[in-house]
Amino acid sequence: MADHHLAQLNIARLRAPIDSPELADFVAQLPEINGLAERSPGYVWRLQDESGDATALRPFGPDIIVNLTVWQSVEALRGFVYRTAHLEPMRRRREWFVPLDRPHLVLWWIPAGVLPTITEAAERLELLTAGPSPEAFTFREPYPSPGARAA
Amino acid sequence: MSLEAIGALREPVRRAVYEYVVARAEPVSRNEVAEATAIGRTLAAFHLEKLAEAGLLETAYAPRSGGPGAGRPAKLYRRSAAEHAVTLPPRDYRLLADVLASAVERSGVEPAVHAAARELGAKLAGGEVFARLGTLGYEPFVDADQTIRLRNCPFHALAEAYPALVCGLNLALLDGLVGDRGWDVRLDPGPTGCCVVMRSKNNHD
Repeated sequence: MADHHLAQLNIARLRAPIDSPELADFVAQLPEINGLAERSPGYVWRLQDESGDATALRPFGPDIIVNLTVWQSVEALRGFVYRTAHLEPMRRRREWFVPLDRPHLVLWWIPAGVLPTITEAAERLELLTAGPSPEAFTFREPYPSPGARAA
Repeated sequence: MSLEAIGALREPVRRAVYEYVVARAEPVSRNEVAEATAIGRTLAAFHLEKLAEAGLLETAYAPRSGGPGAGRPAKLYRRSAAEHAVTLPPRDYRLLADVLASAVERSGVEPAVHAAARELGAKLAGGEVFARLGTLGYEPFVDADQTIRLRNCPFHALAEAYPALVCGLNLALLDGLVGDRGWDVRLDPGPTGCCVVMRSKNNHD
């Protein structure tokens, strides 16, 4: 077992309220896509409330939804995000979300068995505004896990 | 170095060997290449090694089949992931594409990209769809489900860097290319290759 896992936060600003017709397609796909994530190799955990997703949690602002997940590796997460049916809603994201003028996705390593908090995730996203580092990075410039670095 | 790599393809037999290997979905052995290109096994091995040295092919060993004494595992060859391009005079469309892709993501104008791609795709149309995809470098093949899949992504490096944008663009481009000819075009990414697949709605006519 690896001694580190990858944490992932991404945020998105809604074009319209989550219960509006504009967002209906997105909301309708959530259970299927969340299920796909859970069945994907390397999936560890995702933030959710009793509704089964995280769309009601708005720590970044009333119109900003969050997605906080944990994976065994960058490759596992990349495989799910870009090489599964998850790519289709990614392609359509502008129908539902407006671009942010700051980073919207951050990756960082956590000790396996520990779950990330929203507060910690927000700090990592803030760190990324200064450029990628081992503490806060993206798919484009991934950093190896601390375990791999020590090896 | 790209110029040397491309230069390695000048020899016609070697080029035939290269084209045979890259057209195959699975890595191939020396014996298969020798048979397919009607040359001796030694000559096939010579050209395969030259292509590997030039960085055009990469090698791997097949898992041993059979028990002890089954012999050495066969050396297999497949296309290298490295990209080779030579443009004279020097041009850097990749850098340009990077800047434009980055700007699109910042401004959120993906719908305009899709519309432009669909229009350009329509202009690229011509003749039978499968053959046209081949000419455009997609390396199409038909799977067991009568679906056309594309072994090669012509925008690979950009698609790796901006997957949602570039795969969405490519989907719109190919949707425009097939036009109203009764095709269902969608994203269905596998581990490798292009994410777009298409299926004729009139398959079973």
